[in-house]
Parts: sequence; C-alpha cells; structure tokens
Amino acid sequence: MVAPSVAAIAVFVYGFVGWTGYVSLTRWNDVLPDYRWVGVRTYVDLFQNFRFQIDLLNTAKFTVAFLAACLVIGFGLAVLLDRGVRGESVFRTIYLAPLAISFIVTGVVWRWLLNPGSPQLGSVGINLLLERLHLGFLRTGWYTDPRIGILAVAIAATWQMSGYTMALYLAGLRSIPEDLREAARVDGAGEWQLFWRILVPLLQPITLSAVIILGHISLKIFDLVVAMTGPGPGFSSDVPAFFMFDTTFRGNHFAQGAAIAEVLLVLVAMLTVPYLIYSTRTEVER
Amino acid sequence: MGRYVGRCLAVAGVLGLLAALAGLPLAAAAPSGKLEIFSWWTAGGEAEALKALFDVYHKHYPAVQIINATVAGGAGTNAKAVLKTRMLGGDPPDSFQVHAGHELIDTWVKTGYMEPLTSLFKSEGWDRVMPKGLIDILSYRGDIWSVPVNIHRANVLWYNRKVFTDAHLSPPATFDEFFKVADALKAKGIVPLVLGDKEGWEAGHTFETVLIGVLGAEGYRGLWTGKTSWLSPKVTQALQIFQRMLTYTNSDHAALTWDEAGQYIVSGKGAMLIMGDWTNGWFTSKHFADYGWAPPPGNAGIYDALSDSFGLPKKARDRQNALAWLRVLGSLEGQEAFNPLKGSICARTDCNPKLFTPYQQWAMQHWKTDTIVPSVIHGAAASEGWATEYKDAIALFVTSHDVAGTQRALEKACVNAGVCK
Repeated sequence: MVAPSVAAIAVFVYGFVGWTGYVSLTRWNDVLPDYRWVGVRTYVDLFQNFRFQIDLLNTAKFTVAFLAACLVIGFGLAVLLDRGVRGESVFRTIYLAPLAISFIVTGVVWRWLLNPGSPQLGSVGINLLLERLHLGFLRTGWYTDPRIGILAVAIAATWQMSGYTMALYLAGLRSIPEDLREAARVDGAGEWQLFWRILVPLLQPITLSAVIILGHISLKIFDLVVAMTGPGPGFSSDVPAFFMFDTTFRGNHFAQGAAIAEVLLVLVAMLTVPYLIYSTRTEVER
Repeated sequence: MGRYVGRCLAVAGVLGLLAALAGLPLAAAAPSGKLEIFSWWTAGGEAEALKALFDVYHKHYPAVQIINATVAGGAGTNAKAVLKTRMLGGDPPDSFQVHAGHELIDTWVKTGYMEPLTSLFKSEGWDRVMPKGLIDILSYRGDIWSVPVNIHRANVLWYNRKVFTDAHLSPPATFDEFFKVADALKAKGIVPLVLGDKEGWEAGHTFETVLIGVLGAEGYRGLWTGKTSWLSPKVTQALQIFQRMLTYTNSDHAALTWDEAGQYIVSGKGAMLIMGDWTNGWFTSKHFADYGWAPPPGNAGIYDALSDSFGLPKKARDRQNALAWLRVLGSLEGQEAFNPLKGSICARTDCNPKLFTPYQQWAMQHWKTDTIVPSVIHGAAASEGWATEYKDAIALFVTSHDVAGTQRALEKACVNAGVCK
C-alpha cells in the first residue's frame, strides 16, 4: 500500500530536487535548455549578486524578528489563557482566527494598515490611528522606509502566526499534569519558580517544534511579500523566493533560479535535519 | 441547401485563388475546427477589446470555434510563465500575445520556436501601412516575426491642467524647465512628480524616458544594440538628472502602484506623472477629465513605443486558423474594432481618427511623424533577462542614489546579455 506513494515521492520530490540541483550547475540561462556544464559558477555569481545579498540579509532579519515575536506573544497568550480566563474559548478562537486566512489576504490588509500615507493625501491605517491618538510623532514610513522594510512584513506574519504558536503552547501547558505543579508547590516553590523551573523546561519540545514550523515558513515566505510590499524600496523587503520567481520566469535565468532554490533548500535543511535526527534519537531512546 | 453549399464552394474557391495569388498556403476549404488564442487580457477594456477581435474573426470564419485561453495577472508575468511551460513542453497555443520586439525575438525567435511572417506582411500590404520604425522592431535577420495589433506610447507626461493653470505654468519641455516648474510647485505644497513604484518596474519606466531625453533617439537605441556605451558620460548625466527628479516625488511612492499614485493627479495634490498611455483609460474610468499630456522633457519628436503582437508558433495545431487570425489582427477592420476599446492606437497609420479620443488622435498624429524607439521596460528593446536586470538596477537606485554603482550594474547587465563586451 505504501509503495506507490513512496515511488511518487521519490520521483516528484527527490527526483525534482536532484534535477533542480543539476540545472543549477548548467549554462541554462535562456528559454532553451542548455545543459553544458559550468560547475558552481552560477553559485559564485549568485552570491556576488547585489539583489541576492540583500535578500539573504532580509531573510535573516525576517526570521529572527518573526520567530522571536511569535514565540514571545504566543507563549504569553498561552500562559494567560491557561490561567483560566472567563470565556477562554472565545479568546482562543479570536487568536487562532488569523491562521484561517491566506497570506495573500493578510498581505493586502496589512499593506493598507501599514501604508505610510503622505502629507498631501493624509494618513491612513496605523499612521492615522497614531495621529488620532495624538501620537503623530510615532508615524513612520513602515515598509516604504528602507530601514524597516522586511520588518514590516514580519509584523503582518506575526499577526497571522502568533495565534498558532499560542495553540501549540497551550496544548503543551495542558499536557503538563497538575500533579507536577502540586508537587512543586508542596516542595515550597513559588509561582515564579514553578514557572521558570518546571513549566518552561517541560515546554522545551514545544518550543523546538514551533521554531521548526515557523522557521521553515519564514525561510520560504513568498506570497505575503508579493501581496504586501513587492520587492520594496531598494529591495528592502525582497526575499530569495521572490527573486527566484523574478529571475526564472521574467528573466529566463533558469540556472540562476535553480541555484536560488538549492540555497533555500540547504537553509531549510539546516533547520530541519538536526530536528529530525534529534526526534528519531529520542524515539529510539523511548 | 444545395445553393448554400455552392456559394460556400465559390467563396472557398475565390479564397483559395487569392491565397494562391498571395503565395500563402491557405487551405481551399473554409476554415473550421478550433483556434486557441493565449493572452493576459482579462480585465475591463482589454477583455472587451479582445472580444471585439473575436467577433470580427467570427464574422469571417463562423465555423471556427475560438478557445480564449487567458491567464490573469499583472503585466503578463504569470501568463508568460504558463506560456513558457507550454512552449517548452511542445504544446503551444495557436497564437499568443507577446510584446513585439526583443521579448519575442530573444525568447522565441532565436530559439527557433516561431514561423516568419514576412510573406504575410507583403501579401497583406502591411509593410506599407505600418511605419518603418515599427517594422524594424518586429524584424530579426531580415524576417518579420509577429503581427502588432496595437501601439502604446510609453513616454507621456500626464499633468493636472488646473494645477498648471493656477500656478501659471506650462508643461516642461526640457529638464531645466522641469526643475524650475517642480520648484514652483513644491513651494505650493504640491507633489511635482508623482511616482508609484511598488511593483518594481515603474522607476525603470520613468528612467527610460530620462535616457531618451538625455541621449536622443539614436543614442538611446544604441544602448540596446551596443553602439552607445553604458559607461558614457551621458548615461551618468541621465542618472544624475533622474536622481534629482526623485527628490520631487511623493514620499509614499514605494507603497503605491502607478494607478494608485495617479490619485495624486486626480485630486490635484500632484502635478505630473510619467507613464504610458494606458493612463488615459484610467483617468477616464475615474471620471477625471481635467488632464493634459505632453512628451516628457527632451522627448519631443520621439515615440517610445511598445506593442502587443501575436505570432505563429511552429507547432501550432490549427495553423490555417491561426493565419486567418493574424490576417484579422492586421486588417483595418480588426485594428479599428480593437484599439478604441483597448485605449491604444492602431499599428497601421490609416485608421479613422474619428473613432478615437482626443489623446489618441494626438498619439496617432505623432505615430506618423515621430522617430520610433523601442521601450525596454515593456519588452521591445532588450531580451527579458536584460530588461529584468535593468529594472532591478534602477529599482535599487531609487533608494541607493549610487550613480557610479548603478552605471556599473547597467553596464554589467549589457555584458550579461551578450551585447556589450
């Protein structure tokens, strides 16, 4: 029963990964395939490409900001809900709702929320809100300010994914048996100690899963950027996946596009492979 | 019934005779079967214009069933991706929309996917009713490769007439005048030059007109053929002028598409916009009438053209029907049906001006007299790969203001394209 799917995956996943790797080592930078071998030259050129350098930096910024914000907010919300708030299910639903929305919709909405507005046409979105609250000095250009750029996209992504992180943590918190907490209290632990010494360490596997899931989303982010900002001023919100699409399907640089895809694959692998090794080991131990 | 068949046969016979005279391999029988037309015309006036063409085709070839294969999405990026997979996979549509010039030539002609249409142009007399500048854009190695259905003009300076009259200004014809006008407008709190470059190509579009303004028609054309060096002082000058122009733009330009930026003009908060003549239709859709147009600074007498055209892929399944389609596209009837709806002008010079709006009549006049140059950002001047690198270099320039670095990047793009050494 498993064999057909194994075969399909072998061809359509690993086969194509290998094919992409092969293409990235050829001279195919026009519409017509050209399989003459150039070795790693495409990669060397790629890492010297100004747009790709900016993109890698953007990915790093985005990943750090998005992961940190999601983990902190998600964890905070989970702890608050775990305290037994009245109407918990209502809050839970509200926090989780953004997850049901596609990144395209999120992108369009946040594009207007974080629109800079202008002195001539007036403010809109968040800037308008700040103005009404007499906090006008806090107005910024958001994603049109090259210093913020991709971080504005991280705000939108956090809005969408922090509820999901909360759900992960909430499940984790609920799976910690009440006995453990009781035992700690009996041993004289304060709530603060209980929190840091018992709950946080026990939630470590959850944090790891969250980092893996959010991390691979952030490395592959594409649709949100397309809908929200485009490449941005001076490519300040550009990402490798967007560059890959542009150079492959607009510029016909198939080898370059394939090389970007392989770099992305390596990045994601660096994140997930250690996790897979770790989880198989723990399974064996059990 | 018998009489009908007889008439059909007669018509077919005449058609066959005509075809034989024209030296075209047209089948003797009236065409039937299918015709698949691939395009990215899915929205508003574009879709209606395409339908008008289908109607003309239907009138002449009622037995042919047209398959309208469209792929939606900005400026055809998605459609082009789909087309590439179909062409490379050996399943081409019978005819497809493509920007005339290098986008077609470098992508599909050099690679041997297209049939030349030179004899069709000769037999239909199109080489006489279309300007030579256009035929040059369509040609590669002595052959003509696609039938242009329309012409858009990329170098147009749109302005709010009221803003200009109130400030006692007239649209600038030179860059010096531009900066004088811009200073006067800025002092009044009006955005002198409106820009919306969210999608990344709009800055490249504006810079294209600056290049034309500084280098002139010959110099600009030479940039794409290797005759003009990208390292020449004139290009430096163009970058410096463009950099200065950017200081007169709206602060939120990176958040807006070109049409959203057009809102500045409509509301009278902005004065000028350099954009192609699809802006004309957009103003109309906004019920805005108080606008004027002029060539951008230094662009007088030069027509920066782009054209949607259709070609004949080698493996087209319904070749005869596709040839009939191309004949409809190039005909006066087809062009007059299509262009008023699309908001463009005819590639032919003999269309009836009365069918068109005042702007289009102005453009038609210039189409006959101006020097025609190909637009780079819209696929006419350079290969897609080169145009993409050009677009990226200018998009970065908008924030980096690095004249020397951008000039080197532009030169490198030319080298990568194999035109410069």
